[in-house]
Amino acid sequence: MIDALLARLDDLFLVLFAGGALVGAVLMLVLREPMRVALALISTMVFLGGIYGLLGVHIIAAFQVLIYVGAVMVFMVYAIMLLDVRDPSFTRRFSRLLVPGIAGAAALLGVLVYAAWQELPSVPQPPGNATFGAQRFSAVFLNEYWLQFELVSVLLVAAVVAAVAVMKISRGERG
Amino acid sequence: MDKVQLLVSVSLALFALGLLGIIVRRNVLVMLMCMELMLNGVNLSLVTFAHRLDSIAGAVLVFLIFVVAAAEIALAIPIVLLLARSKRTLDLAAYTDLKG
Repeated sequence: MIDALLARLDDLFLVLFAGGALVGAVLMLVLREPMRVALALISTMVFLGGIYGLLGVHIIAAFQVLIYVGAVMVFMVYAIMLLDVRDPSFTRRFSRLLVPGIAGAAALLGVLVYAAWQELPSVPQPPGNATFGAQRFSAVFLNEYWLQFELVSVLLVAAVVAAVAVMKISRGERG
Repeated sequence: MDKVQLLVSVSLALFALGLLGIIVRRNVLVMLMCMELMLNGVNLSLVTFAHRLDSIAGAVLVFLIFVVAAAEIALAIPIVLLLARSKRTLDLAAYTDLKG
């Protein structure tokens, strides 16, 4: 019994992490305070990082925690703390599109999951258990995808310039 | 039960829940976070397929998406701050100036 459980420990943790991620996503929709929504999103992201680790893509798991939880969500939490105003979006958290939205999302999810549970096409090579180590990832990344990397850096520069422009607009409005 | 199908279903569910959040919630910051949830769903499907096909391209794409998401949030938050300062609310129903 214990041995059988230990043999399937990976699958058990995978299902646990997937369930945790889904629970966090549902909590995001029903919680009232933006700070609690942010905490639910952070827990979903950490669970997804666990899934990536179980799949053997360790470098993406590390960056999921470092960039998403460490940078993006900390920035989001700062913004929430700056903007903690009591406004109508706190007391009435749902818009009037609640019922059609739920119906549409349920229909979309039904169609998509039905398509996902069809027979998958066979892949040319059997899914190996090779993990994406940092060495293999870095070699491929910097040899084959250097152009995309440079383009993304150009995009980051554009984002920095745009953020500075937005700040200038805000200063001009204040006078 | 196939692991790949389970994970793809989870990623689709995360995407649909994020889309639902954007439609039904009123708070702008919560809608931004729901957009992040949709991005995370897409990332999960990319990583799952990269694992199944034993190809590194999906993982590289996820890495690039991380960087683009950081840039997106660095721009979206100042815009939300500006909107909240000019309208004194985070309720999306107040931002209807472009409706005419």
